[in-house]
Amino acid sequence: MFSYCLRRTLAAVPVMVVVALFVFLLLRLSPGDPAAIIAGDMATPEQLDRIRETLGLNQPIYIQFFHWSGELLRGDFGTSLMSNLPVTQLMAQRLEPTVSLALLSIALSVVVAVPMGVIAAWKHGSLIDNAIMSMSVLGFSVPVFVIGYILIKIFAIDLGWLPVQGFKRISQDGFGPFIQHAILPALMLSTIYIALIARMTRASMLDVLGEDYIRTAHAKGASEKRVLFKHALRNAGVPILEVIGTGFALMITGVVVTESVFNIPGLGRLTVDAILSRDYPVIQGLILVTSGVYVLINLAIDLSYALLDPRIRYQ
Amino acid sequence: MATPFSRRFSVARRRLLGGMTMVAFLSTCGAISSLAAAPAEANTLRAVMHSGLRVLDPITTTAHITRDHGYMIWDTLLGMDDKFQPQPQMADWSVSDDGMTYTFTLRDGLSWHDGGEVTAKDVVASFKRWTARDGGGQMLMDHVESVEATDARNMTLTLSSPFAYVLELMAKPSSVPLFVMPERIASKSPDETLTVEDQIGSGPFTFVADEYDPGNRVVYEKFEDYVPRKESASWTAGGKVVKVDRVEWINMSDAQTALNALNSGEIDFLENPSTDLLPVLQANPELTIDKINELGNQTIGRFNFLYPPFDNPEIRRAALLAMNQTDVLASLIGNPEFYTPCDSMYGCQTPLATDAGAPDSLAAGGGTEAAKKMLADAGYDGTPVVMMQPTDAPTVSPQPVIAAQLLRQAGFTVDLQPMDWQTLVTRRASQQPPSEGGWNMFFTNWYIPEVWNPLVNPMLNGRGKDGGWFGWPNDAELESMRNEFAKATSDDDRKAIAERIQQHAFEQVTYIPLGEYSVPATWNNDLSGILHSPVPVFWNITKSE
Repeated sequence: MFSYCLRRTLAAVPVMVVVALFVFLLLRLSPGDPAAIIAGDMATPEQLDRIRETLGLNQPIYIQFFHWSGELLRGDFGTSLMSNLPVTQLMAQRLEPTVSLALLSIALSVVVAVPMGVIAAWKHGSLIDNAIMSMSVLGFSVPVFVIGYILIKIFAIDLGWLPVQGFKRISQDGFGPFIQHAILPALMLSTIYIALIARMTRASMLDVLGEDYIRTAHAKGASEKRVLFKHALRNAGVPILEVIGTGFALMITGVVVTESVFNIPGLGRLTVDAILSRDYPVIQGLILVTSGVYVLINLAIDLSYALLDPRIRYQ
Repeated sequence: MATPFSRRFSVARRRLLGGMTMVAFLSTCGAISSLAAAPAEANTLRAVMHSGLRVLDPITTTAHITRDHGYMIWDTLLGMDDKFQPQPQMADWSVSDDGMTYTFTLRDGLSWHDGGEVTAKDVVASFKRWTARDGGGQMLMDHVESVEATDARNMTLTLSSPFAYVLELMAKPSSVPLFVMPERIASKSPDETLTVEDQIGSGPFTFVADEYDPGNRVVYEKFEDYVPRKESASWTAGGKVVKVDRVEWINMSDAQTALNALNSGEIDFLENPSTDLLPVLQANPELTIDKINELGNQTIGRFNFLYPPFDNPEIRRAALLAMNQTDVLASLIGNPEFYTPCDSMYGCQTPLATDAGAPDSLAAGGGTEAAKKMLADAGYDGTPVVMMQPTDAPTVSPQPVIAAQLLRQAGFTVDLQPMDWQTLVTRRASQQPPSEGGWNMFFTNWYIPEVWNPLVNPMLNGRGKDGGWFGWPNDAELESMRNEFAKATSDDDRKAIAERIQQHAFEQVTYIPLGEYSVPATWNNDLSGILHSPVPVFWNITKSE
């Protein structure tokens, strides 16, 4: 198991190198100049040249790349061109909001969607099944920001139960303020994942429910609940887990709309801000970290298969 | 097989878990309801500004949000009042009889946020860094022989040639004011931006470094040792009396979210609400809506003088005749309550306002036929006008679309090229031909205090490729008149020269002013004392319990 994890982790290194090179070149070849953004409207071309020189942007691209990769090998992601702060500090500031929101959303999605999918499969073809699948289609179809604004209108503006925007950290403010600020964004974010996981659970369960061992379990007199949750769901779990894991990775990297609607200072907004201001070191750092997250989550998903299916063993 | 014990245990465990879940749920609900009802601290003012703060150096950048940040933590040597008159702020001044020597004397009680007194050496270092970056400062330095600290409280500035705008430039409120910083910080290269550690000033607020989240949130606290002037506040002059303990600027990228936050009382002040959302805010009696920046903004179109077709003044004049401010402003702002056509390059509410040289058609159109004729007479060969159109910035997005149509109606061929704003600001610095990554025309906006006289107005700089602003008109006559303006001492002389400059600028079509607009700010009624000023300032504001 250990050697498998090590091999998988090492296999990610060339992927990360290619990602780093690709991102670096893409950014340098795309239009936009951080010096012009820093200098503002009044700057003359001479002033822009001087700022480029100070930032090292006037050097050939390959020298810039070697300089950056050298820093990276020392664990230094560089310094933001705009704020003059270390990229690691900027990412660390924004990590907790995104990760905690993603965890809450994925937990909410699993808690709601898996039973929905199981029930839909169990009552296959019934009114309940149709209702759950219709809700699933709705969840896929309605843009998340619309759901966000509806939630804000009902729970924050009309009822006044929850705040309109903002974020409180568990680490600083405690769980109560965190949940108060995170519940609406989590609901908004989880809508599409509830739809996705419910559909996937239903489909996997339908496959499994037709198997012989399910019939055997029924013949042995096992209760419906035991058959569904102990025999069927566990065997249907591998594809569901895959969707949940991928969904979590997508949440970490793709929550920018939710973060904007609820004004959450997370990684999504940091990414958009960095792209708009051509803050190269921040963009590069974020993409590398994101790639790392994907690699780790995929590894975690693969390892978790063994827990669900004892036939799977990693050498 | 489950034993009776295990079954009992299972039942008990389920009950226990159920009970715990219920307790947790109720606790959470209790926490939620109590926290939702918790009032905001009375002495914390929460504001959503026009953008997030990312660059912390108000000398290196001309970004307005950084300038606004500068006013929070740094004080200015001089201030400017609502009559456009320089006033003492950190220092008073005296001028020698021949007008060639200025002595600035620091007032009592000026201290840095980290301790220690402000000295004249700090002022000299700050002045030098400012003149290295600011266009007005550079112009001033062309006439300066020396600047030195004669003792701890006095700085002497000696001119090498007559220059009458020393005080006006040193007091200008935007876009790069003369902020005074500690000598160790002001000694940094002006091309190197200041860091979080450098946010030490002597202004009315201190910067809370621990809570700074670039682009998202910045926090200021009242500087208890700040000694305000006795005079009442007016623009950036007078007493900066801080009446709240803490100010938080929170950036909200979504206009609807900012509106909801203001309506629900989560924020107190919204600097720049979207004009299409104003009716929603106007319907809330608990909010005040007012133009704190009464002078507003000027929107402009600028040509590239280096390449055809706009290297030909006749063709530039044809383009000027084709323009129509009302169409552009209606598209940009919509509600006529918030925009005004204006023929003056200096703004219509400034001492130098004039309509000299402006064609009659500029404000409301009607010049298309004349433009067609002039274009034909000029021998326009159909060279496409490469017009840059930013699609991601609502305040500069509509102008090119309308202008392109107006130019097409007059017979121009226009190549409207969509791009994001950051690409535009990069590309406009290119002096390459339009076919090789250059450009012919772009649009932007200015605060009126950034254009209100020929010295500070960057579009009236005629220095060409060497020191001119984007577009690079090389106009010796314009420069000569600006020098004349810089030496004029009486208001009448200044007014007369400014009129001549504008007349000339319209003849050469140095740029096209496309009118003025001013979007009101909005705040909760529990705030009072918000000052009318061309830059948003947070002194003098009281937040009631």
